[in-house]
Amino acid sequence: MNTGGIKERATSYDIPGGEPPLIRLENIGMIYKIGDISYEALKGINLIVENGEFVSIMGASGSGKSTIMNILGCLDRPTAGKYFLEGKDVSNLTSDELAEIRNKKIGFVFQGFNLIQRLSIVENVELPLYYAGMYSKEATEMAMEALKLVDLAGTENKFPNQISGGEQQRVAIARAVVNNAPIIMADEPTGNLDSVRGADVMRFFKKINEERGATIILVSHDKNIADYGKRLITVKDGIIISSAVIESQSMV
Amino acid sequence: MPKRVKFAFFLDLKSAYKTLLRNKIRSLLTILGIIIGVGSVIATVSIGQGASEAIQSTINSMGSNMLIILPGSSSLGGVRTGFGILPTLTLNDAYAIRKLPAVKTDSGNLGMAQQVIWRGNNWSTFIMGASSTFPEIRDWPVAKGTFFTHQQVVSAANVAVIGNTAATELFGLINPIGHIILIHNVPFTVIGILSVKGFNAFGQDQDDTVVIPITTMQEKIAGTTWVHAIAVSAKSKEDTVIAQSEITALLRQRHHIPLHKPNDFFVRNLTEIAQAANSSANTFTILLASIAAVSLLVGGIGIMNIMLVSVTERTKEIGIRLAVGAKKKDILKQFLIESSVLSLFGGILGIAAGIGISNSISAFSPLKTIVTTEPIIISLVFSLCVGIFFGFYPAFKASRMNPVEALRYE
Repeated sequence: MNTGGIKERATSYDIPGGEPPLIRLENIGMIYKIGDISYEALKGINLIVENGEFVSIMGASGSGKSTIMNILGCLDRPTAGKYFLEGKDVSNLTSDELAEIRNKKIGFVFQGFNLIQRLSIVENVELPLYYAGMYSKEATEMAMEALKLVDLAGTENKFPNQISGGEQQRVAIARAVVNNAPIIMADEPTGNLDSVRGADVMRFFKKINEERGATIILVSHDKNIADYGKRLITVKDGIIISSAVIESQSMV
Repeated sequence: MPKRVKFAFFLDLKSAYKTLLRNKIRSLLTILGIIIGVGSVIATVSIGQGASEAIQSTINSMGSNMLIILPGSSSLGGVRTGFGILPTLTLNDAYAIRKLPAVKTDSGNLGMAQQVIWRGNNWSTFIMGASSTFPEIRDWPVAKGTFFTHQQVVSAANVAVIGNTAATELFGLINPIGHIILIHNVPFTVIGILSVKGFNAFGQDQDDTVVIPITTMQEKIAGTTWVHAIAVSAKSKEDTVIAQSEITALLRQRHHIPLHKPNDFFVRNLTEIAQAANSSANTFTILLASIAAVSLLVGGIGIMNIMLVSVTERTKEIGIRLAVGAKKKDILKQFLIESSVLSLFGGILGIAAGIGISNSISAFSPLKTIVTTEPIIISLVFSLCVGIFFGFYPAFKASRMNPVEALRYE
């Protein structure tokens, strides 16, 4: 299965001796088995993402975009194909090795915010640093810095249920960037927010992409949100049907 | 690096503590089993300790390092009688035993119940003929007046030392010293009162007695030349065994017993009896404590149950932690620490409850209880082990979760 004739643009990977791309998916397939029934969610995905890109993945529900997201985020292993992250094959790593990659390389922002209610805002942001083996003042300082980045300085001692949904999502962004991860994965980050707060949240993704140079991979079914990206990838029935540069960016 | 590890552990503890505090009622109910288990272990062991202390002190009140020599049983035509029937022991046996190296002192005893009369008052009590060494052997000094001397024993003087109960019954509030009492119609001068001894292991009031010289007892009251028993005090605890064999050899020689014939006397080692009584008290304590330990196990199952519920409830949290980079061992550790903190908490509360129960038993019942540090440490360690053991399966389950599925959980 190929990508249906969509031509990937030339990348540094094609240049001999050049740096490998940040992300390269090679014929990724994913088959879920529930009892005797198996379901093919991905049917051979090829994708290259360069360092510093802002890629939006669009598709209807059931199109396979969340599965791509889980594989790109090292939350799941593909059943076929290869996934090279910074040139290293990560498609067959153990769950602990994947955890290590998620900890060092990837930050997540989910639709449901996914903050731990029991922990204060700053403790939530510190969590990736904690699992990186960093404790103490240094971690707190980095978390405060990340909170400042999303304009939430001063809320650090509150708890998630004491702040609004938009603010909770910004805390999640702070948590995603706190360890200076080169890749930020955002799965429907505005899905639970109204358009004003959604736009507010998107502003920070843009900021992180432009100021910090982090690569952002955004999954959304909302064209307005997807348009914040610089490249739009459309997924349907487990294959990529188009990949195009977004020319005019809608600003809210 | 170890400092960091220590700090991380502290953070985990803090977080576990906070988690458990959020669900106070549930946490408390979860550890109720551990509280009851540890509490009953502490309480039962303290009762056992108290009982064995009580046994020890009763045995000590009979005299220290004591051996009792009793006349043998007779066997006539196949019918065997009990101990102390044959008149085989004499006062001279007692005097000979006193010279043995392992023996500190001895006292020939001859006792019988008799009516004692003072003026219009009378009281039936136990009259005991004894040697002048009686207070030393029985560890039973006089409270007032004096005990009779060896001289008075040799001369079979009509003097009596009375026990506290007998004194109260006969004389009431009057000081008995110097008064004349009649025993078996023989007049005796009261020269002393024994200190209060209390009840013995068989529930007899040891203070209900009158002690007179053994010779006087033999000649003027019982009309015999033998003694019921010889009480011997060995020089030390270790010497009781040596004394036992020395006495056996001596008495066999004195009684001209041929080699192939059995002894016509018995030597009883009270230290051994004390140890036997003590070990049966210990067995009882161990039995009770093991029953209590079963409830600790049941408490552990309660912890496992709640930890399983907690793991399911917090599937999403586990997913988040996995997403940000928690490894299997991190999740495992988190839940193990939680279950350990739970059970340790239960252990501490249980110890408090156990000490409380033990103190109330001491205060409101005749049983004396003694709380020692040993069961406290053991039950703390045990409850920690219960927490780790029963917390392991839920924690293991949590650590094996798939991050995608855990994050999808609502």
